[in-house]
Amino acid sequence: MKEIKKIWPSVKIPLFAILCSLLAGGVIIALTGSNPFRAYYSLLQGCGLAPKSSYAGYKSMLTDFFSYVNYFTPMIFAALAVAVALRAGLFNIGVSGQMLAAGFTASVLVGYSGLGAVLAKPLVLLVGVVVGGLAGALIGFLKYRFNINEVVSSIMLNYIFQYVISFFINTYFVDPVSRQSREVSDASRLTLMDTPVGNLKMDIPLGVLIALVAVFLVWFLLEKTKLGYELKAVGCSRSAAKYAGIQVGKSMTLSMTISGALAGLAGVTYYLGYVGSIQPKVLISTGFDAIAVSLLGNNHPVGIIFSTMLITLIGKGSTYMKSASGVDTEIASVITGIILLFSACSAYIKWRMARRKEGKK
Amino acid sequence: MSVVIIDGLSFALPLFIMAIGGIYCEKSGVTMLAVEGLQGFGAFVGAFVAVLVAGSFDGNSPIPFYIAMFFAVAGGGLFALIHALLCLKFKANQVISGVVVNILAMALTAYLTKLFNRIFFGAASDKFVLTVSSRITVPVLSDIPVLGAVFTNIYPFEIVIVAAAFLSWFVMYKTRFGMHLRACGDNPHAVDAAGRSVGKIRLAAIVICGALSGLGGICFAYSISANFSSNIYVGYGYLAIAALIFGNWRILPTLAACLLFGFARSGGYRLVQVLQMPSSFQDLVMTLPYVLTLLLLVFFSKQNGAPKALGAAYDKGAR
Repeated sequence: MKEIKKIWPSVKIPLFAILCSLLAGGVIIALTGSNPFRAYYSLLQGCGLAPKSSYAGYKSMLTDFFSYVNYFTPMIFAALAVAVALRAGLFNIGVSGQMLAAGFTASVLVGYSGLGAVLAKPLVLLVGVVVGGLAGALIGFLKYRFNINEVVSSIMLNYIFQYVISFFINTYFVDPVSRQSREVSDASRLTLMDTPVGNLKMDIPLGVLIALVAVFLVWFLLEKTKLGYELKAVGCSRSAAKYAGIQVGKSMTLSMTISGALAGLAGVTYYLGYVGSIQPKVLISTGFDAIAVSLLGNNHPVGIIFSTMLITLIGKGSTYMKSASGVDTEIASVITGIILLFSACSAYIKWRMARRKEGKK
Repeated sequence: MSVVIIDGLSFALPLFIMAIGGIYCEKSGVTMLAVEGLQGFGAFVGAFVAVLVAGSFDGNSPIPFYIAMFFAVAGGGLFALIHALLCLKFKANQVISGVVVNILAMALTAYLTKLFNRIFFGAASDKFVLTVSSRITVPVLSDIPVLGAVFTNIYPFEIVIVAAAFLSWFVMYKTRFGMHLRACGDNPHAVDAAGRSVGKIRLAAIVICGALSGLGGICFAYSISANFSSNIYVGYGYLAIAALIFGNWRILPTLAACLLFGFARSGGYRLVQVLQMPSSFQDLVMTLPYVLTLLLLVFFSKQNGAPKALGAAYDKGAR
């Protein structure tokens, strides 16, 4: 009971934001002539959290659930990436670009190499961490050495990655049928696709285990180490941190490097896990939705697990919602946007609540 | 050569007017990263109205375009109120607020485009099809060698933009309101002491930014893409922000930055054509403006003159 009382204030506002957004989304759905409760229920059905009325062969609620886990694994990494940068007062909006760079490099170096699974899978992870970390470090370095706003530089890098990688895919690695990059080898994939288990065929995401380890490591880094404390100090006040003897530039570059490395892991679990190929000229929305996820989770690693599950539930379930109750899939990103809108006001709501409490005293 | 100038200008000018919007907002002390979303939402409103009224005019009439322009300005200004609400009333982090506005604009316009197409036009489509605006050539001036290209095949909106840009410059530097606005970004307490409301001036600046961004957005929709769809979000809004940082928050240097982006882009395309390279090389050319931005920022960001109070919510009691 005491524990609940301790975390209640930090949970209250995100819950309020979610409720308001679901309400707003429900009103929009109702206005367009569909039943919001049925639409929301079909979101759960689409993610294997509620039974559908019928299933195709080799499929069941469990396969739907595994496919949902497969979908949210990259989001956990991406949201952690946003959270680590935000802790140091930096805004990493380039997660999508870093994911793409890591995914592409890993595909080319390992995915097309024909290495065995034992060697290939760890290598994929390693390449993801290194490439993502380098991309993040570049942004941090530009910020600290040349005073370039990290938002502008990471967006420029997003577009540069997108077009350059699209050029290489179209020139060297294109699959003439799908118009995407060639599928990576099964040995290098971080999700075991179509694995028979009993009488079912499931996609087993191995990445989710690493994601949980990453959650723990990030929590440990931010809350229990000197570096985490320094990052927090830099995020709260750069000048105060400087006078306290913290090397501000080094801390910022380091936090962007860690953030980029996490984004790289998101990239490999997406491009070599959830999907097996890369669509040229497309920057996925995961990196941008991750901002909503991280804000909603109070930028806390454990909060992020819950907010990831919620936001990806809306995104993943929307496909089934479309077929089951005819609501456009685009409503999913509208609801995510509204959640983000309310989360952005959370500081103000917190302040108002604190003032009301003072008034009562 | 003249093709490079003509295409470069028609890209640079909409970029320029969006950058001016950004300058207004940032000069008043409010960080503006929402240009991307504002131009998209403005273009969405304008395009929707244009398609709605298109039936009452004959095919070549330019009037729907001007109506669209008006509504794009209004739509951008209205959507900017969200940024104002978050930054001024709720004192949210202005960077986060900008990103929120962008994400919300992308999601809403994608959803509403589909919805409105179904409700109003009975079509299952995710875009509003527009025409490409007609072009004009100024008779005598266009005969000047090389520079004549500036007056050849111009879109009518380019004239509107030049006029709007001049007006914005005048308001910013030659009027009382402009002075208060600039003071809000450097020393809001002085503005308060002079008896002006910082909140109201910042609100006006944000709405002006939305309006100008909307104007830029509809011009892109009527020239480059000839329709409205989610494809309008290709980062030109962010490019405009890069231009204004690189232009040191001043209008004329920002124009130079925008022209540079425009000519880099059109010159690159022309090069791919002239050298007869395969079309996949266009992807590499597309990176030119972005690479240029990064390189230029490396050289120019160090001594930048950002408004002193940029990004901080105004707190009357602070010292």
